[in-house]
Amino acid sequence: MRIVIMGCGRVGAHLAGLLDSDGHSVTILDTDAYSFRRLPPDFKGTALVGNGLDQEALKKAGIEEADIFVALTQGDNRNVMATQIAKHIFSVPKVVCRIYDPLRQELYSTLGLETLSPTTVFAQMLRERLEG
Amino acid sequence: MYIVVVGGGRLGYYLSKALLTEGHEVVIVEKNASFCQIINDELGGVCVHGDGCETVLLSEVGTARADMLIAVTGDDEDNLVACQVAKHKFQVPRTIARIRNPQNEIVFKELGIDVTVSSTSVILEHIQEEVPTHPLTHLLSIRDQGLEVVEIKIPAESSAVGKRIKELPLPKGTRLALVIHQTQKPKVPSADTVIRAEDRVIAITSSELEEELRNTLRGTWNGPETEG
Repeated sequence: MRIVIMGCGRVGAHLAGLLDSDGHSVTILDTDAYSFRRLPPDFKGTALVGNGLDQEALKKAGIEEADIFVALTQGDNRNVMATQIAKHIFSVPKVVCRIYDPLRQELYSTLGLETLSPTTVFAQMLRERLEG
Repeated sequence: MYIVVVGGGRLGYYLSKALLTEGHEVVIVEKNASFCQIINDELGGVCVHGDGCETVLLSEVGTARADMLIAVTGDDEDNLVACQVAKHKFQVPRTIARIRNPQNEIVFKELGIDVTVSSTSVILEHIQEEVPTHPLTHLLSIRDQGLEVVEIKIPAESSAVGKRIKELPLPKGTRLALVIHQTQKPKVPSADTVIRAEDRVIAITSSELEEELRNTLRGTWNGPETEG
């Protein structure tokens, strides 16, 4: 599948490596070229410098043909906006968005975005570990 | 009206000041504590310190009873989220967002923001209009109808010079509202009004027909009425 990832932090780079080794065609976007150092050395996908809020940059990353879009920058609002652009402007079939703030995550999932909050997920994991 | 303003920068400050003078009830939400302090010192206790995209804070300032939320931070994504939270969580009837990137106008409209104001486009347009040779000036847009009120200067070499308005191949749906001649009083043109060089014409057009209208009034062409 054709996958566009926005944000090449630790999670973004790791996910890009995993999906790439599974044989998907991956394009990863980041505003800072230095962050691509985190990609695994055998990464065969495309790393592009660009802002995922900019439609031109998204087009360059192949958003128009993408099957999946994932937003993993540090900013909740940036992720939310980019994901909505991918979903509503470029009609990408599957979009996933990371939102740290649990309240914002709840709101946007009721608005129909597929969202994940590392905050709640990790807190639950910790609870299970500590109580179990 | 009760108005929540998100962003207490220069724009948020002057906007709130104007709204307060008009007698509205205003609260400003600003992330930067020292900006908050300055605003509260100058405008009275109207500024709350915090993130205007957060549901909890917006709830604390009573967004649920707000008539309007205006997001004027420097970041488009923050303005979008503040407006969306206001709209969907608190059912605020009217949301207005400032945008920096003019491209986002379409995106924001698509995502349900009622009004967007692109500071970049506004400034660009004003500067362009100050360039003396600028052929077409936007005076006003009537957003909900998709119409523009524009001013067009007629150059001496235009094919429209010396013609009556009924002889002009004006695009359908455009209207000439006023003709301003250098030495005469402005008048509402009739079909028989003659266009002269250096006239200024105020016209109403849709954005798609703007180019065509400009060519009719400023360009050279051979209309069916011009033979002979």
